[in-house]
Amino acid sequence: MEQDTTKLYTFLIYSENVPGLLSQITAVFTRRQVNIESLNVCASSTPGAHKYTVTANCDERMARILTAQIEKRIEVLQAHYYTDDQLFINETALFKLSTPVMLKNPDVGRLIRFHNARIIEVNSTYAVVEITGITNDILSLFDALKSMDCVLQFVRSGRICITKSRVEHLDEYLAVREAKRNALLKN
Amino acid sequence: MEKITGAEALMRALEHEGVDVLFGYPGGSIMPTYDALYDHKKTLNHILVRHEQGAVHAAQGYARVSGKVGCAIVTSGPGATNTVTGIADAMIDSTPMVVICGQVGVAMLGTDAFQEVDVVGITSPISKWSYQIRRAEDVAWAVSRAFYIAKSGRPGPVVLDFAKNAQTGMVNYEPADVDFIRSYDPEPDVNMADIERAAKLINASVKPFVLVGQGVELGNAQEELKTLLEKADIPCGTTFLGLSAIASDHRLNMGILGMHGNLGPNVMTNQCDLLIAIGMRFDDRVTGNLATYAKQAKIIHFDIDPAEFNKNVSVDLTVLGNCKTTLAAVTKLVDTAKHTAWIEGFKPYAEKEYNKVIDRALHPTEGPLLMGEVIRKVSEAANNEGILVTDVGQNQLMACRYFKFTKHRSVVTSGGLGTMGYGLPAAIGATFGAPDRTVCLFVGDGGLQMTIQELGTIMEQGAPVKIILLNNNYLGNVRQWQEMFFAHRYSFTPMLNPDYELIAKGYGIPAKTVIERQDLDAAIAEMLATPGPYLLQCAIKEEDNVLPMTPPGANIDEMLLEIK
Ligand SMILES: Cc1ncc(C[n+]2csc(CCOP(=O)(O)OP(=O)(O)O)c2C)c(N)n1
Ligand SMILES: [Mg+2]
Repeated sequence: MEQDTTKLYTFLIYSENVPGLLSQITAVFTRRQVNIESLNVCASSTPGAHKYTVTANCDERMARILTAQIEKRIEVLQAHYYTDDQLFINETALFKLSTPVMLKNPDVGRLIRFHNARIIEVNSTYAVVEITGITNDILSLFDALKSMDCVLQFVRSGRICITKSRVEHLDEYLAVREAKRNALLKN
Repeated sequence: MEKITGAEALMRALEHEGVDVLFGYPGGSIMPTYDALYDHKKTLNHILVRHEQGAVHAAQGYARVSGKVGCAIVTSGPGATNTVTGIADAMIDSTPMVVICGQVGVAMLGTDAFQEVDVVGITSPISKWSYQIRRAEDVAWAVSRAFYIAKSGRPGPVVLDFAKNAQTGMVNYEPADVDFIRSYDPEPDVNMADIERAAKLINASVKPFVLVGQGVELGNAQEELKTLLEKADIPCGTTFLGLSAIASDHRLNMGILGMHGNLGPNVMTNQCDLLIAIGMRFDDRVTGNLATYAKQAKIIHFDIDPAEFNKNVSVDLTVLGNCKTTLAAVTKLVDTAKHTAWIEGFKPYAEKEYNKVIDRALHPTEGPLLMGEVIRKVSEAANNEGILVTDVGQNQLMACRYFKFTKHRSVVTSGGLGTMGYGLPAAIGATFGAPDRTVCLFVGDGGLQMTIQELGTIMEQGAPVKIILLNNNYLGNVRQWQEMFFAHRYSFTPMLNPDYELIAKGYGIPAKTVIERQDLDAAIAEMLATPGPYLLQCAIKEEDNVLPMTPPGANIDEMLLEIK
């Protein structure tokens, strides 16, 4: 039998802030039959640069190809792929729970405390609970609450993460490019 | 400073880029630009095509032979969607081209306005860059950036979606010169350590073999390639797009790679100890079954596009950069060598292919005309100095096999996309890109009809395209596959043909039909002696096959020399 070599890779992509890039990036995945599991887009700490955090299941060869094809798009500054051990990872989830059910069943409150989740709003109809953590923790809380029949709404964010590496690849890249620009200007 | 319209700014920006020929077709959303063009007819030679697909293919043909950026200009909506095939073709074949499409004004965008279509959305996945110009102020910058992206690094098509209000808006025009984009590095620095590693592998190799791709032509590295091959005495094979990067008769040129290539280079791919791929992308038509492809060899890949490395074939060493630079650097470090025995080893395969296939294709004594003999005779009559343009199908495979090359940038064919209908308009473009050369188009009866309306462009321009119609009354290439792999079931490949001579004459193009072998030489001579365009129809054996052939998915060294 063929060994399953797929795992969850996280792609960190930096781009110039131009419209239309998101669809170019997602097209690189879909064309190669790779489903995107989660996606987060925001401004990065580098002025003018946007950061895309994408997770997807694939094998390493595919991760490499996807990264190269993404980086090939003109306005993409850099793309890298990572495994979980190379990253600090976080996700956020929000639950809207039924207050009457919570009052009836004290296990709900215990469960929320056990998972270090936070109640951020309560009224007589519903309570809003927030949790940050990794996917598995969030999903186990969801499953437990679901079994207690109190979940009115649930939403989970895409993964966000920071690399553990001591090297800031983007800054290095931008410094090299800036040097090249200056060299060109001199000529 | 006087203010000018965005449309006028486009004209000046194109002139600033050195554009001298535009292939196009007008319409509502691009009318302000066509109005500006009216005053620039002296500098910007606009060629009115008969269908927008013709404009893009003509721009491609122009770019391929000239090395300059081809330029097409069309209206919005259907004008723009008619260019899609050519854009995709240019993308996969790395052809530098800028396509300017009209677009409705920004106030109308997203309203399903008349002839509005999401051009950037449609073309982004099939172009190197696609951009919507929404303000007249952006014209100079966008045009300069478009040309820079199209021609730098690995070349490709760029689309400018030119909103109507940006054409009519007023601007203080100043030319722009984009030669740097922070997020795009078309000329990566050469890594000397990789160069040294490559030289070491080459020096240690006993049976080295080079795969020559179009990258050598795109990088203008034909001389650098030749110097390397001769110094280290390395035999090579070429892809279709790399055909004219080295003279056909060079002693180290062993022929064509891939499915319908030559036996020797394909067999030796699986016998060499070092495979050196230069500016090629290991297309499946070149490699056959990847599981058995060159497994015995170490592989070095020279390319300017890092995304091509380890995409289809895992390699031992990658050398990133323009091969003009990297080949020259490696050549300095390689030893002068002789690989006489290894090179001699190609001979038996060449002889076998000659006896079983080539001799029969070139020197038949009876029966109807064959494609091979027609092609070789045209090539020789043009001194082997002509430009070969092909359509797609058996005519293409045969033309690439039997046309001969002594000059660079001499092959214009749709390699990656295999676009029927490409040939005729691409040949028109080639006559503008290389006005001093003989442009020979080989086209099938199927493909000619896909863009046959461009005969009108040829008529109007007097474009000196020598059209050799290889008429076999079949969609021949598909028929061959049906014969070989679908039990002779000719599902919709026989075709009732019109009187092509009459059609050509309707367009005022001199034409002749050859049926008998004895009339062929004179007809070719007449075609070449006739100034301007000419259509030579050859009645080709109907059920002939292109051989040798590696069946799809088979091992590349297992070529069929005959069909049982
Ligand atoms: C636009 C397009 N449609 C369909 C095909 C599939 N196709 C490849 S070769 C071929 C037959 C071409 O027939 P013809 O132009 O007569 O050339 P021949 O093979 O007979 O020389 C077809 C239909 C294609 N390559 N391009
Ligand atoms: Mg045919």
